[in-house]
Amino acid sequence: MSLHQLTAHALLDLLKSRQTSAREAYDDVLARIKAVDPKVKAYVRMAYTPPDFVGEIPVPIAIKDNLCTKHEEITCASRILKGFRSPYDAGVIERIKKSGGTILGIVNMDEFAFGSSCETSCYGPTFNPWDLQCVPGGSSGGSAASVAADEAMWALGSDTGGSIRQPASFCGIVGLKPTYGRVSRYGLIAFASSLDQIGPLTKDVRDCALLMNIISGYDERDSTSVNEPVPDYTKALVNDVRGLKIGIPKEAFVDGLDPEVRRSVEDALNLLKKLGAVIKEVSLPHTPYAVATYYIVATAEASSNLARFDGVRFGLRAQPKNVRKNALVDMYEETRSLGFGDEAKRRIMLGTYALSSGYYDAYYLRGQKVRTLIKNDLDEVFKDCDVIMTPTSPTVAFKVGEKVSDPLSMYLSDIYTIPANLAGIPAISVPCGFSKSGLPIGMQLMGKAFDEEMLLRVSYTYEQNTEWHLKKPKLN
Amino acid sequence: MSQFETVIGLEVHLQLSTKTKIFCSCANQYGCAPNTNVCPVCLGLPGTLPVLNHQALLSGIKVGLALNAEINSFIKFDRKNYYYPDLPKGYQISQFDFPVAKDGYLTIKSGNQEKRIGIKRAHLEEDAGKLVHDNSGSCSLVDYNRTGTPLIEIVTDPDLRSPQEAYNYLNTLKLTLQYLGVSDCDMEKGSLRCDANVSIRPIGQETLGTKTELKNMNSFRAVKTALEYEVRRHEQVILAGGKIVQETLLWNDEKAMTITMRSKEQAHDYRYFPDPDLVPFTIDYKVIDSVRAELPELPQAKFLRFLSQYGLSEYDANILVADPGMADFFEAALKEYPHAKKIANWLGGPVLMELNNRKLSINELKLTPKGLVDLIARVEDGVVSNLVGKEVLTFMLDEGIDADAVIKEKGMAQVSDDSALLVIIDEVIAQNPAVVEQIKSGKPNAAGFLVGQAMKKSGGRANPKKLNELITRRITGV
Repeated sequence: MSLHQLTAHALLDLLKSRQTSAREAYDDVLARIKAVDPKVKAYVRMAYTPPDFVGEIPVPIAIKDNLCTKHEEITCASRILKGFRSPYDAGVIERIKKSGGTILGIVNMDEFAFGSSCETSCYGPTFNPWDLQCVPGGSSGGSAASVAADEAMWALGSDTGGSIRQPASFCGIVGLKPTYGRVSRYGLIAFASSLDQIGPLTKDVRDCALLMNIISGYDERDSTSVNEPVPDYTKALVNDVRGLKIGIPKEAFVDGLDPEVRRSVEDALNLLKKLGAVIKEVSLPHTPYAVATYYIVATAEASSNLARFDGVRFGLRAQPKNVRKNALVDMYEETRSLGFGDEAKRRIMLGTYALSSGYYDAYYLRGQKVRTLIKNDLDEVFKDCDVIMTPTSPTVAFKVGEKVSDPLSMYLSDIYTIPANLAGIPAISVPCGFSKSGLPIGMQLMGKAFDEEMLLRVSYTYEQNTEWHLKKPKLN
Repeated sequence: MSQFETVIGLEVHLQLSTKTKIFCSCANQYGCAPNTNVCPVCLGLPGTLPVLNHQALLSGIKVGLALNAEINSFIKFDRKNYYYPDLPKGYQISQFDFPVAKDGYLTIKSGNQEKRIGIKRAHLEEDAGKLVHDNSGSCSLVDYNRTGTPLIEIVTDPDLRSPQEAYNYLNTLKLTLQYLGVSDCDMEKGSLRCDANVSIRPIGQETLGTKTELKNMNSFRAVKTALEYEVRRHEQVILAGGKIVQETLLWNDEKAMTITMRSKEQAHDYRYFPDPDLVPFTIDYKVIDSVRAELPELPQAKFLRFLSQYGLSEYDANILVADPGMADFFEAALKEYPHAKKIANWLGGPVLMELNNRKLSINELKLTPKGLVDLIARVEDGVVSNLVGKEVLTFMLDEGIDADAVIKEKGMAQVSDDSALLVIIDEVIAQNPAVVEQIKSGKPNAAGFLVGQAMKKSGGRANPKKLNELITRRITGV
């Protein structure tokens, strides 16, 4: 096996036994990027600052284009941030660097994380390593594709409505959205402040636990960061689910759910049952309102978070040649019209509307109230279940261009992942099969707040009793 | 007499003097070179987040308590969204529906009466940066040093009934806040800014007239003058049969008039919503109680206490209370020398004059309470006359030495020695026979003229009481 094909934990074993070096591993992954990225297009730019190969966990890592990394150009895949070089490191980047992580480069995403396919990026789409005609998912499409293609040993992404889990599912890898407040948001360019979390995309569950150990923890610069002690997540990697209760929401098996996805997830369920887990049918009655709630609350917060991109201090500034209204207003309008893509504009308008005078109560306020109902549903189910299981996405990866002109259909791909963000609970996607066309299928497990350990335990058990995680896409 | 009643409400923005800014750890400092006192957070760079400075919150609670307001123990911040180059995030973090304090009052003087002005609310928010418009008109420059400075916005009910009351309110508010030590309340430095809302209505009418908002007043005097102008303007418009347009006007001090800034149609929809980056929390009532327990004695209470405890006149008490440093100095001096009226006279007279001439505050003066007391004692004991005492004070302040040292150095001791004085007196008597006759013929008060002459001859150093005594005895033999 080449170095770039290894998991992080396998690399660390080799490093410990001095069979390779951090630099060798890094260079091998770079060579892999050179070989296959022209087809996959996961990377938008390579690291400006080379790593110094000092530290305990020198794993080659890819960073999503919305995580501020000092001296690197960070653009959220948007024209409006072209040229912005961050003067500071995000909290998670500080932790990665301190642990010795070797940053390969910055990977693609949907513009400002608005999307489920990586097609709204100003750099063009990233392609699914399993089928280059298909999307890798989004918004952390570059993160997922790079890990799936062995172009990174692991990656960081962000998840607001499913943006780590859905691409992980489309690309056949593991993706975890931590409990809200588990990982510092300081330095994450915000989409929806009350929903965003940074999380790992990895080749297997053990790597996920390792990366969670590095990035988790309290950060006083983030007022929403929770001061809960961080356990050693690798201790949760126990191959035993006997007696654990898995809830299956009856609302999960809806129309529009691809029958192949359904079958794979049911097979996974049956395996876990065979391994000793207890399956319970449960109900999350407010599920039908989750997507609507999300697209009101998240876009409202986004419309405010993106107001700072105004051409005044950084990024793009544009000015029309002839004065239209007045120089200042013209500059704002020209900059934001040219700088934002269509989906960004769509969401900003939606969010602005939901907050506007006369509509706030009917939309934003009501949305937040329904959010509480959705959370209550989950809390109620968790009184009697250890995890809740659903498919990660109703479909496998769709073709590039297939859903771009139908935003609503695109929005519905998040139907299973959104509730975890609304409730702030952790959720993981693990590969559980393939479609006949060879595209990966993922299953999602949701857990109680700060109970990532339960998710890792059930995922690890499932993984150790299957071989999905050992499969790799044929590239070249 | 006007047939209209004036109705005024004031909005005061105060910069709190905390060590650091309200949501980041930049120093809360005035006067730095442009854009040097900034960080990624107060610049609103992508990915940054606010963290509340608890000192700012405590200051806000202090202000609320001093204004007799109800403290809201549920602390929540909201985003006020609008675009302007001095607002880096495109929104200001403020408080919308849960201001830290509400429903308070401030007692002010109105004529000879006391009046309660309702304080509708006081809330915390962050300041914006400063725009400097290039003189050539080709561009504007933005300085973000001020961004993130903690502000407290204090809004009155429309209880003020005249520009004079508004002026009194501002002075009373400023003094109260100076006593709290939460702000230096300096309109020139911009740590205190004031906007006014004004309307008029026929006397007896309950509904309010259409109001206009006034901005850009740079001193308390300007607020009063601007309001006087605007009230007149409202009257003129209405008497001529017109209607007041609800709008925002800028006060132009040079031209002494108000100028339209923007009309209601262009009013912003701020799309307020709770800031998701700042988690709401509840303050324990014990915290509020401990802030209350630590409140200093406020000016009104001190004023009343000075009247009753020391028997001072309202005039004297006002002067002492008008400066917290002065009041403390007074009481410290009293400890050394329990003569309230005498100390009050010196502080309110010669000391105050020196402060005004030197443009210093009492804390900056090279004078201790004991130092003043020693000087007063020398005057009372007749070592120097009252007049000379004032000169001694000046030298004390110039050179930072005590009264005795000045008197010795400059040889200012009063001459009280009888024989020395008699020499001068005999000269004066000899030179003014007419006056002497007046005194002999039963006008003893004319002796004052001779005392004055003798004082002159002595270079001001003779003890006037002694002079009077000796002159009278010399002439009348009594």
